[in-house]
Amino acid sequence: MIQPEERLAAALARLILDPAAPPARHIAVGAASPIPAAACWLVKKQGHDVRLSLLHKRSGNPFTEGTRELFDLTGQGRIDLFFLGGGQIDGEANINLVGTGEWPGQEVRFPGSFGSAYMYFMTPRTILFREEHSPRVLVPRVDNISAPGVSPPGVFRRGTAQALVTGKGVFRFDPARARFTLESAHPGEDAASIRAATGFDYDEPTSLPATPDPTEAELALLRGPVCDEMLETYPDFCARVFARKAAA
Amino acid sequence: MNAQSVDALAALVPDGALVALPPDNSLPSVALAKALIRRGAKGLRLLGVPVSGFATDLLIGAGCVAEVQTSAVSLGEAGFAPRFTAALKEGRITVRDATCPAIHTMLQAAEKGVPFMPLRGIIGSDILANRPDWRVIDNPFAPPGTDPIVLLPALSPDFALFHAVLADRHGNVWLGRRRECATLAHAAKRTLVTVERMHPGNLLEDERLAPGTISGTYVEAVAVAERGAHPVALLDEYGFDAGYVAAYARAARTQEGFEAWLSEHVLGEHRERAA
Repeated sequence: MIQPEERLAAALARLILDPAAPPARHIAVGAASPIPAAACWLVKKQGHDVRLSLLHKRSGNPFTEGTRELFDLTGQGRIDLFFLGGGQIDGEANINLVGTGEWPGQEVRFPGSFGSAYMYFMTPRTILFREEHSPRVLVPRVDNISAPGVSPPGVFRRGTAQALVTGKGVFRFDPARARFTLESAHPGEDAASIRAATGFDYDEPTSLPATPDPTEAELALLRGPVCDEMLETYPDFCARVFARKAAA
Repeated sequence: MNAQSVDALAALVPDGALVALPPDNSLPSVALAKALIRRGAKGLRLLGVPVSGFATDLLIGAGCVAEVQTSAVSLGEAGFAPRFTAALKEGRITVRDATCPAIHTMLQAAEKGVPFMPLRGIIGSDILANRPDWRVIDNPFAPPGTDPIVLLPALSPDFALFHAVLADRHGNVWLGRRRECATLAHAAKRTLVTVERMHPGNLLEDERLAPGTISGTYVEAVAVAERGAHPVALLDEYGFDAGYVAAYARAARTQEGFEAWLSEHVLGEHRERAA
């Protein structure tokens, strides 16, 4: 029995390793991101030479200059890949972490933009990840832009979204056209169900592939050494997904 | 420097002050936030460095806050910050949204004593559209018209409040790798620190402790507050009390629930001590 979280982690790991994308030598993962963290650990446990900086890891936190060090590293171009989400994400890959309605979120206030207005510009690639795939999240146009999906020529920007991964499927992003293309559907979904759950317009192939299941080897790594690494930071996630309890 | 009481530190912060607080992963003084509530502080302008957490939600719920400048307000795994969200919706606080590195950069400009610093990114974000105090200029070192870049003004908070592990009688405080608190202390006009315990020697004379120490040059007053970060974690001293924060988040869904919580966990503590 493959858990949906395991499938998502494996899908993210394949995107990280995409040979067509800029190399991922150093990946940073934000707080409260167990599935992206699992994907990164999976890549590392597969033997790839990648440095992981997991924010909010209590023991062995990678930074010694405080929380600004992540942004200084990223400013220099030393972070290759970051994950962002969004309370709203639109078809041009704009993300809204502020809230809906009038600024600064008079209808539904989200926590806030965090570092997104900087990280989205300064990392060579970003993977957008949001488990909820619904018309309220994937909207035609975000109410407020925390960070724009693309920038006009002349604005310094190292990269854009590579892909958007949700609980229903995987989209690729083309920055030249500022448009997503649906790449695969997770089990139980198809082109029509994803179209119905998506508020923005996008392209899709005539025949839509299924998101591949994790391989036996990937599952063994996720449930073994990846879970070992994640127990301290994400005990509830490890108990729920990998049925593993942290030692008391 | 002799350690004072936490309430004496809170008495140093006047109503309306610009008060910088680190969030739940970088050593907030929850003890001092509770003391500000007991003192009945009003009109505080809070700065999240670079985001805000539990202490900010408490201060907002208790009516101590007029304005929040921050990059996010969250209770982490316990979800959105309920009193912040309610106050924003009811128009009781002004919220000035930022993005994390912008807050660090504004403090670093103050730390250096320069009027502004540039920062990449942000152009095209509605954060910039809502920050008339932030400017975009042409990079003067690039060919004209080729490289717009954001300038951020220096920001010097009236007060920096945080919780460290150790202080000595020279006013030096040790908090290990959480160097954002050092930048904050350098940038702020006055810094008040609560600590777990006093250190018998001079922290700056210990080569192993000195790199994680903030010089007493920057520290105005220190108070001992055991478990003063609780329910937030403090380095390897104690962990995050998720149950306590989750219970708070449930109670604080309504103002009545919040006030009952406050009475038990903040005002009640005071009554016990006074008795």
